[in-house]
Amino acid sequence: MRPSAEPPTAPDLYDLAVIGAGCAGLSGAVTASELGLSVALLDASPQIGGQFFRHPAPATGAARPEALHHDWSLFTGLRRRLEASAVDLLGGHHVWSVVREGGLWAVHAVTGADGGEERAVRVRARAVLLATGAYERQLPFPGWTLPGVVGAGGAQAMLKSGLVLPGRRVVVAGSGPLLLAVAASLAAAGARVPAVIEASGYLGYARHPYALAANPHKLTEAAVHGGALLRHRVRLRTRTAVTEVHGTDRVEAVTVSRLDRDWRLVPGSGRRIACDALAVGHGLAPQIDLATTLGCATRTTPDRTTALVLDTSQETSVRDLWAAGEPGGVGGARLADVEGELAGLAIAARLRGHPARRGRVRELERRRDRMRAFADAMAAAHAPGTGWPQWLADDTEVCRCEEVTTQSVRAAVTDLGARDARTVKLFTRAGMGWCQGRMCGAAVTCLAAQHGSAEALAEPAPERRPFAVPVPLRALGSLDDPAPAPQTVTTD
Amino acid sequence: MPTRTSSDVIVIGAGVVGAACAYYAARAGLTVTVVDRGPVAGGTTGAGEGNLLLSDKEPGPELSLALASAELWRELAHLLPPQIEYEPKGGLVVASGEAGMAALRGFAAGQESAGVRVKEVPADRLHDLEPHLAPGLAGGYHYPQDAQVMPALAAAHLLRAGGDRIRLRLGEEVTELLTGEGGEVRGVRTASGTRLHAPYVVNAAGTWGGRIARLAGAELPVLPRRGFVLVTEPLPRVVRHKVYAADYVADVASDSAALQTSAVVEGTAAGPVLIGASRERVGFDRTLSTEALRRLAAQAVALFPVLGTVRALRTYAGFRPYLPDHLPAIGPDPRVPGLLHACGHEGAGVGLAPVTGLIVAVCVTGGQLPLDIAPFAPGRFAAKG
Repeated sequence: MRPSAEPPTAPDLYDLAVIGAGCAGLSGAVTASELGLSVALLDASPQIGGQFFRHPAPATGAARPEALHHDWSLFTGLRRRLEASAVDLLGGHHVWSVVREGGLWAVHAVTGADGGEERAVRVRARAVLLATGAYERQLPFPGWTLPGVVGAGGAQAMLKSGLVLPGRRVVVAGSGPLLLAVAASLAAAGARVPAVIEASGYLGYARHPYALAANPHKLTEAAVHGGALLRHRVRLRTRTAVTEVHGTDRVEAVTVSRLDRDWRLVPGSGRRIACDALAVGHGLAPQIDLATTLGCATRTTPDRTTALVLDTSQETSVRDLWAAGEPGGVGGARLADVEGELAGLAIAARLRGHPARRGRVRELERRRDRMRAFADAMAAAHAPGTGWPQWLADDTEVCRCEEVTTQSVRAAVTDLGARDARTVKLFTRAGMGWCQGRMCGAAVTCLAAQHGSAEALAEPAPERRPFAVPVPLRALGSLDDPAPAPQTVTTD
Repeated sequence: MPTRTSSDVIVIGAGVVGAACAYYAARAGLTVTVVDRGPVAGGTTGAGEGNLLLSDKEPGPELSLALASAELWRELAHLLPPQIEYEPKGGLVVASGEAGMAALRGFAAGQESAGVRVKEVPADRLHDLEPHLAPGLAGGYHYPQDAQVMPALAAAHLLRAGGDRIRLRLGEEVTELLTGEGGEVRGVRTASGTRLHAPYVVNAAGTWGGRIARLAGAELPVLPRRGFVLVTEPLPRVVRHKVYAADYVADVASDSAALQTSAVVEGTAAGPVLIGASRERVGFDRTLSTEALRRLAAQAVALFPVLGTVRALRTYAGFRPYLPDHLPAIGPDPRVPGLLHACGHEGAGVGLAPVTGLIVAVCVTGGQLPLDIAPFAPGRFAAKG
């Protein structure tokens, strides 16, 4: 490995640029490198491991980072292979765009100190592997903006990297298998977790017995979390939701209500639980901005997130652009590892012309398909019900960056002629702020569709975000001329 | 009130031009059905900055149109709710050297004799108007009549202001023009098979106006001219006017297909600074052009060095509808009785929308036109023979 915060001194042309140094990216990068490709591995963080294997910076002197992780050996194995490889690791590189330039890919990133010292970096490559992971989906509810309400995934990330607890008595709420892991981590780190509030019924899994039976690893994982929760006397309450947060300056209690199958409130079922923090999330959504800007085909997952359409070799609908891990649908670290390796093998086969190792490929494909089936079953079980907007009060903020309320979003649809999230954004500014709709996009899309006219609405197109991260104007203005310049951008 | 399927006028397109046509027709007492395949402001209106500019127009038919429209916008600012964010902020065109300043002086003199208010700003007074402007500029011109609206909200509120007389049919694409035995327009048919009837159909389909014209068997060579806009993080007001370098005027009038950029920089009520807009003819291609963005960013930072550390949060592309002579098509189509055009405004559609709507309404109801519309005649591109 050639670790470096600096761009490589060699010409900036690689066989493969891998974006994201989590499980999928590490696996893809080392596989391709071991097969003789020149590889650049870019990540926004100075550390490898991504979200799942997030761990404290060496300076904190944490003795056993693995204590909060299962599958830690998966990570250490990949780390060892990376250290032994010739991969150029470009940490601290925030990739903002991938564009086609003269038959090659140009990966544009900014790097350097925050606040003025940032530089524009361009890495060119013959193939790109997107391993950009996922982000947590949030649905708004009254009180979700109060200090003390944190993302469930965020709470776990805080634990993993800095060993900080969001509170002493933390309710974990939302939907998805992540909630159990978060509750177990919080409890193990010393927090009291009065309840895990899950909007779905876990019975949904029973509808997919084959997917469950084929993934014994996942059952073990559930048993481990279940055991930990039992040990810490954490109650899992299914078909319930936090529908109100109480407190003036920060969280003092939450109201938990029962839900019907469509996530509508059961009247009169509200019950207060005292707590000083709420960790909430509604599953993970694929991080695919770089790909949708390039026009990659997408699909709607069973839990109604948007993921990339991939072929059996992990290639997107755009040639020479591959993806592995969560961008193809959220499925966890082991699936990401398998998909990364599959992509690495396929890219090497394409670029080097030597045949892929059929036996290994077939074995990996089998494992991938099995884990994908399980991920789809879980996603189906945790799909948001259509009734959740009923939790919202008129003055509940949907977009926190621009402080846009439920009422304004509904008025944009009923009074002004918006029919989709994009037009709601134009009329209300919902989604125009710092997060660019990553936080409110799911909610706004749903509200726009529910209140739109009676005619059937087409599946909403994925949001185009040409800047995957904010870019300082000076860095943008200092990009060198692409070479060779495409016809349409010559000056005369 | 229009019935479910018949009205006095059908307007195709719910962008700002279509909305203005519907609004003025409704104000004249007509019932209007507005049909759009998407939402309100789903096309170029939603991608525009909302420039209401006189400063970039040379004396001629388009400037006359813009002057009349600027008056109407001032009136609309009182009639429509404040959410349209009308702001008569004024424009400031700057020159970097003496040669540019001399050219600007000649250009401004011509505009002044056409009725535009202009004021020369010497180099040492530029910072009174724009404190963060770069040092060392040669001077500039202030155009107090330049203004701004939030285009999507302007379109939505124009439609709402028409009240019961305007009926919206969104998400319905027009697939056929219905005509009578004499070839006269009778209405339209939409993708779902619905027939809508009216004796007048207005083509306000913007960049897609050529397709609507073709449905009627008429040729109107509307083509897209792509532009990228950069949007920064929200800031306290660091840019007060619409500020741009003198090269912009030459780019607007240019016939070149190649990429041209001269950044127009402006602050907005909501906080972000908008930097627009590049111009290039590449069809309906949304592919990100990092070269266009690089130039916009570099030029904006050259004008306002303070923007260097400011972050661009997003960028988007839009497609200006342009016609070969850079003038819109407004008025009756001589080839198809009952068909009127109101499209091809290139980058000036938001500014020119009210006057376009007024002209269309007058063409339908009869009466005094606000100006000579011969230069905008839709039939002017027909093969001479």
